[in-house]
Amino acid sequence: MNELRAILADVVTRLFTERVTREVRQSAESGMWPDALWTAVEENGLTLPLVPEARGGAGGTWADAYIVVSAAGRHAVPLPLPETIVAAWLLARADLEVPTGPLALAPAQRDDDVRLTPATGGWRLSGTARRVPWGGSARHVVVVTAVDGRAMVARAAAGGFGVEPDRNLALEPRDTLVFDRTPVTAAPAGAGVPPDAAWQYGALARAAQIAGGVDAILKSATRYATERRQFGKPIGAFQAIQQNLAVLAGHVAAADIAAAHAFRAADRGDALFEIGVAKARTGEAAGIGASIAHQVHGAIGFTYEHDLQFVTRRLWSWRAEFGGEAWWAATLGREVALWGADALWPTLTAR
Amino acid sequence: MPVRFELYELPPTTRVLRGEVRDFLRAELGDRPPARRAPSWGGFDREFSRKVGARGWIGMTWPTRYGGHERSVLERYVVLEEMLAAGAPVSAHWVADRQSGPLLLRFGTEAQRARFLPAIARGELAFAIGMSEPDSGSDLASIRTRAERVPGGYRVNGTKVWTSNIHRSDFMIALFRTHHDPAKKHEGLTQFLVDTKAPGITIRPIIDLAGSHHFNMVLFEDVFVPEEMRVGEEGAGWKQVTTELALERSGPERYLSSLVLLVELIREVGKDPGERAAPVVGRLVAHLVTLRQMSLSVAGMLEAGDNPNLEAAVVKDVGTTFEQEIPEVVHALTGVEPTLASGTDLAQALGYLVQHAPSFSLRGGTREILRGIIARGLGLR
Repeated sequence: MNELRAILADVVTRLFTERVTREVRQSAESGMWPDALWTAVEENGLTLPLVPEARGGAGGTWADAYIVVSAAGRHAVPLPLPETIVAAWLLARADLEVPTGPLALAPAQRDDDVRLTPATGGWRLSGTARRVPWGGSARHVVVVTAVDGRAMVARAAAGGFGVEPDRNLALEPRDTLVFDRTPVTAAPAGAGVPPDAAWQYGALARAAQIAGGVDAILKSATRYATERRQFGKPIGAFQAIQQNLAVLAGHVAAADIAAAHAFRAADRGDALFEIGVAKARTGEAAGIGASIAHQVHGAIGFTYEHDLQFVTRRLWSWRAEFGGEAWWAATLGREVALWGADALWPTLTAR
Repeated sequence: MPVRFELYELPPTTRVLRGEVRDFLRAELGDRPPARRAPSWGGFDREFSRKVGARGWIGMTWPTRYGGHERSVLERYVVLEEMLAAGAPVSAHWVADRQSGPLLLRFGTEAQRARFLPAIARGELAFAIGMSEPDSGSDLASIRTRAERVPGGYRVNGTKVWTSNIHRSDFMIALFRTHHDPAKKHEGLTQFLVDTKAPGITIRPIIDLAGSHHFNMVLFEDVFVPEEMRVGEEGAGWKQVTTELALERSGPERYLSSLVLLVELIREVGKDPGERAAPVVGRLVAHLVTLRQMSLSVAGMLEAGDNPNLEAAVVKDVGTTFEQEIPEVVHALTGVEPTLASGTDLAQALGYLVQHAPSFSLRGGTREILRGIIARGLGLR
């Protein structure tokens, strides 16, 4: 890790450790927007790592963004921070103004039909975007869609569309947005940004959040295993517990490197394959990891009183959002089948 | 967590080298069928190893004065992964290149280095490892084979077991007990270079479940080992052997053993894999890509001079789990019967790997031992 990234990691860790308290998470779950936390995050410049300095951003790389997004997962931050980072990047790449305030990213479902059409003096957006993360809380929604096969980025201001609230397992807003000839600002997406960019980069963000989340539950389970005593010794002294935590550590390491690898690929351009690897691998780590962490924590970890659930409920939702393992693994499987058996190794080593 | 994998990238300069290795392997292996590539680093072929040595691909990172080539850990990594991906018969130089040579480089005498390293680098000397004994497997520090001081050297008595390929190797590096104190079993251990043709050594084959002979039992009866064949100080054996095991665990051979079967599975499902096969194949590929990045990360740490023992244990644990899962997936997806020498390439590769997969999480430290190392890294032990 280079020095700037190490400093960034320190900043986010300190901020989230201090500010993302149990009370903040609980209040967010009851439907309150965590305004003070958002302000702190924005003031620390964490929302715009991928926006050029000329536009008020940090002018960083996806590798920098990985630090922030994985930390957001590690600390179960109840904000659309990953969504804002991706959406701001899309706006900047499309040469559109990046507004302050939280941004949502849509469509979040593969088969949503959201259409952008030219109108006198601008663009209009119509259609339904289902289960958009933080769709009703964001000040703007950034929509990527295709017009005549060309990727377009549109920015819709809150108030210009209908909101049907819903939530995921972690009680994070997942709102259905109904656009009916909503006036929007729009422009062609940046070079190399695909029409399904919201889906791809949404999956990229979730992979990093999961990598951070499984790291957090490994730490929690390891700590619990050294503190909780049964039969006269810490339960972590029992081989059965040690071996399970070692398995969890393997998944944590795999999730981290798979996600970081995809973020690095995003810095190079076409990252679809690496995003698929990351989402498929981290999704598996999320399922197995949550299972082991809960087993180690015993009954107390199954209570709302314990903080473990703030992370595990997110992991169970995040692994399915923007495509679960089944969807991404099938995409990878079809891709390598097209390469052909003998091209597998040469292609993987050339990427 | 204390386990730390930094993303690492091979420098673009390794592309040329990779191309050279591929051309070499294409010429040497031709259209060798998958079932013959399946033994991976188990294939023993002295002539092949000499050719690899002639290309400068053994002892790559060692100083030129010992016949090495002073190339980077990462260049060596590229050669290794290409050899493994092709299922090249590298066994005759694998152990010496991976651990015996580096051990001598680090702990050996000048005379030992001058005598052995150039010949290893030429691909002319095959080494075996003498660690396990009949009553000492995972509990390696409990070994009992004694090396007693006698004029000019040591007299060795005892038994080693699971000694791969010693019947066709020139030397072994063995761990013996030079001092016995039941309260301090990790002390009093010493490593030696042993000539496999020395009088008093009896080699008895142990046939594996697939009918192959690579394992042996080695009996030492008053075997004389000259003083100058001791590696390192008396009593320093445990520290040295731990270093050696880290080298044994850190390479790409700990996740690529079943690659040939994955390749044949992809051939079997064809260009249009269908709804059932696509996600199954894709999931394996996601694991493969991830493991390669983890393995590269370990190589990067070695290149930087770090000591990635813990990370190597993680890669081996996760990697061997992956290697063992591939035959299971082939069963679940295709239902093909594993065969010995008939049927399709897939069936034969499956036949080999189904029978050999159990060894993947035993050799080089069992899964349980590795997970114990990881647990210690987590602060649980």
